[in-house]
Amino acid sequence: MRAFSYEKPASPAEAATAASRNPEAKFIAGGTNLLDLMKLEIEAPTHLIDVNGLGLDTIEPTQEGGLRIGALVRNTTLAADQRVRRDYAVLSRALLSGASGQLRNRATTAGNLLQRTRCPYFYDTAQPCNKRQPGSGCSALGGFSRQLGVVGTSDACIATHPSDMAVAMRVLDATVETVKPDASTRTIPLGDLHRLPGDSPHLETVLEKGELITAVTLPKPAGGTQIYRKVRDRASYAFALISVAAIVQRDGSGRVAIGGVAPKPWRVEKAEAELPRGAKAAASALFADARPTHENAFKLPLVERTLDAVLAQARS
Amino acid sequence: MKFDKPAADNPIDRLQVVGKPLDRIDGPRKVTGTARYAYEQHDVVPGQAYGYVLGAGIAKGRIGAMDVEPARRAPGVIAVVTAKEAGALKKGKRNTARLLAGPEVEHYHQAVALVVAESFEQARAAASLIKVEYAAAEGAFDLKAAMNEAKKPEGDDPSLDDTKVGDFAGAFAAAPVKLDETYTTPDESHAMMEPHATLAAWEGERLTLWTSNQMVDWGVTDMATTLGIPKENIRIVSPFIGGGFGGKLFLRSDVLLAALGARAARRPVKVTLQRPLMINNTTHRPATVQRIRIGTTGEGKITAIAHESWSGDLPGGGPEVAVQQTRLLYAGANRMTAMRLAELDLPEGNAMRAPGEAPGLMALEMAMDEMAEKLGMDPIAFRLLNDTQVDPEKPERPFSMRRLDECFRVGSERFGWSRRSARPGQQRDGNWLVGIGVAAAFRNNLVMKSGARVSLDAQGIVTVETDMTDIGTGSYTIIGQTAAEMLGVGIDKVVVKLGDSAFPVSAGSGGQWGGNSSTAGVYAACVKLREAVAQKLGINSTEAIFANGEVKAGNRSLPLASAAEAGPLTGEDTIEYGDLDKTHQQSTFGAHFVEVAVDAATAETRIRRMLAVCAAGRILNPKTARSQVIGAMTMGAGAALMEELAVDKRRGFFVNHDLAGYEVPVHADIPHQEVVFLDETDPMSSPMKAKGVGELGICGVGAAVANAIYNATGVRVRDYPITLDKLLTRMPDAA
Repeated sequence: MRAFSYEKPASPAEAATAASRNPEAKFIAGGTNLLDLMKLEIEAPTHLIDVNGLGLDTIEPTQEGGLRIGALVRNTTLAADQRVRRDYAVLSRALLSGASGQLRNRATTAGNLLQRTRCPYFYDTAQPCNKRQPGSGCSALGGFSRQLGVVGTSDACIATHPSDMAVAMRVLDATVETVKPDASTRTIPLGDLHRLPGDSPHLETVLEKGELITAVTLPKPAGGTQIYRKVRDRASYAFALISVAAIVQRDGSGRVAIGGVAPKPWRVEKAEAELPRGAKAAASALFADARPTHENAFKLPLVERTLDAVLAQARS
Repeated sequence: MKFDKPAADNPIDRLQVVGKPLDRIDGPRKVTGTARYAYEQHDVVPGQAYGYVLGAGIAKGRIGAMDVEPARRAPGVIAVVTAKEAGALKKGKRNTARLLAGPEVEHYHQAVALVVAESFEQARAAASLIKVEYAAAEGAFDLKAAMNEAKKPEGDDPSLDDTKVGDFAGAFAAAPVKLDETYTTPDESHAMMEPHATLAAWEGERLTLWTSNQMVDWGVTDMATTLGIPKENIRIVSPFIGGGFGGKLFLRSDVLLAALGARAARRPVKVTLQRPLMINNTTHRPATVQRIRIGTTGEGKITAIAHESWSGDLPGGGPEVAVQQTRLLYAGANRMTAMRLAELDLPEGNAMRAPGEAPGLMALEMAMDEMAEKLGMDPIAFRLLNDTQVDPEKPERPFSMRRLDECFRVGSERFGWSRRSARPGQQRDGNWLVGIGVAAAFRNNLVMKSGARVSLDAQGIVTVETDMTDIGTGSYTIIGQTAAEMLGVGIDKVVVKLGDSAFPVSAGSGGQWGGNSSTAGVYAACVKLREAVAQKLGINSTEAIFANGEVKAGNRSLPLASAAEAGPLTGEDTIEYGDLDKTHQQSTFGAHFVEVAVDAATAETRIRRMLAVCAAGRILNPKTARSQVIGAMTMGAGAALMEELAVDKRRGFFVNHDLAGYEVPVHADIPHQEVVFLDETDPMSSPMKAKGVGELGICGVGAAVANAIYNATGVRVRDYPITLDKLLTRMPDAA
């Protein structure tokens, strides 16, 4: 960990301005990911801007009948919120399937969206990694790739986005609210927040320098049966091999987003149109462009089988 | 004391303290944070500086150039140590690779430098400034690719020899029912909670090391060799160890680098191996490829059994001795075993909990399950039909005690084995396919020379000193119980001091020999102390009865403490063993039963319940012994279902080198465990009549899980760990 300076701004806009002034600055929220990465010298910010205590930690109803979740709302708080449990159950279930109680107490809504990949080569500074060190190459391609991405990846990077929460947010059609250094604000559909790696996997989101997420907004409740099914090698405290977030309506229509397979929560409109025809049809649309490795090709049948079980559960 | 005749009745048999399920006497210190682990010895010596280890970024090759100057100039840095600064170092007898690389690099994350600074953070930041240029060399990292070049292990250890009894090939060819299958087990990591850590302080030529080591005397010996200084100048203090599982049997780089750092910095230095280094810098359990052939009569009598195992290690290393249980577990007139060792440039392989038997039984006991099915026999009945009371290679040599049959019978009843469907894939519970499996547990009982010193003071306090270690096993408690029993006092009158090379040399903790051997050493020392007490009190020591804090002989009764009125009395001795372990095969036995549920859609396996029935001699403390066994069962579950060091075969290292990547079971994976100990004493093992349980508990668990998965799904996976991807496409159609 490098020595760093620390700043506590008075408002979100001030935080954004401060971040734009220093190219080596980072926001710190819960710190559950950033501090680990700093200890490993994977992240080496020289300046930290603390966005705790700026009033970004409330959950409010929106005029449209949805919920506006402050960027700093802790995962534990969000999962336990009565409105979330009642109207957005897939989100509550996804949150509780992630990390541990201790981590969820610290981890924040925006921080969860912006967490870095868990690709083991990203974590080893002696190994080439285009995401950590642009242009150095991808060690995971042709290496240990069992956990890694099967779709949306590139020749430069096959890392996945590790979040459970984001997969549920995606299926709920969440949008992200931000403030920029010039104090202007914008909203970004969650599906547009994360970039695919292409040849620049170090650029992970469309956020501009200094741009700070202030909230995540959920539209009015989608109803239906909401399921989050996470598949993993051990029963708890493990990242998903794959996960399925689904909202299924009585008529068999629905939405589905997949975790653990791509650099972002993976949702394909065409696949949703296939849902009434069953898991096989939907999965083949989800993975039309899949490029799995020898080690992670099992994720394709695994998603199909899991989705099939999820649809059966929704019907029953 | 020489133990060369079967133990007769002795004071331990009174079982006033020994055999009771006492709480750990060190428990309050553990839960209040006052049991100091190596890295927490903040106040034993002033002026402690922090070292941070830099591991090699290549698997094999040479360091071309290394620029440490930026690190030297970094804030807070006191010293930087590399092979150049360290000067000539030898290699300890028990190390395969050197503990400090340079210019040669033998494996990934082999230490190349230590940075010493005022704070841990400064040392870590400075270490990242060191620029190393490597000239990487080609290496061999793939066991399967190297198998054909594998050779017979070298050295004069007869346990590594090929074995041959009768005519295996002929008998196997003639057998009406036979199996010939290959099984694989992956590289595994000890993954103990406490990383390797050492605080080193020099006082002139004398070096004190507060460290975390299972075998204090091995550590002192190998450190003396490595530094080229007299053994007498080194003191190791290792009172508490946060898990070892074999990973702390040997001198590791934290010890050497702390000592070198302290010499360079002229200050005490402490070093811990950061978690990512634990997996590639230290030792691991080597992967195996195992071929098993079994031939039987139509009725299921084994006529031919062969077990061959391939493993790899760095040049000069040794094999995983995965065939050793097959020499002893089942009868059969025609048999052979062989081990072949490939040269690999992965980090050094070595002992991990039940080395040999743990992976060996994962293969053998799956093969036995498969064979039972071929024969249309119940897996337990098949095993019992081939049970033996003698060493199958030397029928004139009996087991000292072998109650494997009773383990199966008791377990079968308790677990509800009769409800198992012989046909797999028959039991459904909602989305889950449910199955049960069984396996034999077997681990040899090793006896090791062990010394202790026991003294009595005028307050009647009995103090035991031995360099024995407590790696979470309960050594403090069973040693205290032994001394209390021998001297007729309550455990509250006993003080136990462990893990200091200033104390008599013990068996140490390894190979499940520690419990029996170290208490036998304490027994021997207590016999000496009893003689001294009796003499002081003017009592004939053979008549003396030590009970209730008093010494009685005839109708005389004197307080024990009164013997020490004029000054403390001390007894010191070492237990040594004759040839009872040669004339008799000493082993421990058990039966593992496991119920699993496999998700019909995802093929995720979740354990529902586990039972172990163990026959392992006298159980000195059922509570700490149970903890040993359930911990081992958990480790066995990990081996069956998730633990695997992922080898990057191009870059030559274990990729998943932290606890996020190397998954071990969490609480949610282990819902219900039960342990039964058969009531047993084995007079051939020691005056304690005890044996080990710490490794027995892991032996066979993996196969019991695998067999339960097969029973649930009808899918046989012979490559551990049995992760869902290996089952998925072969799962039965959901009905």
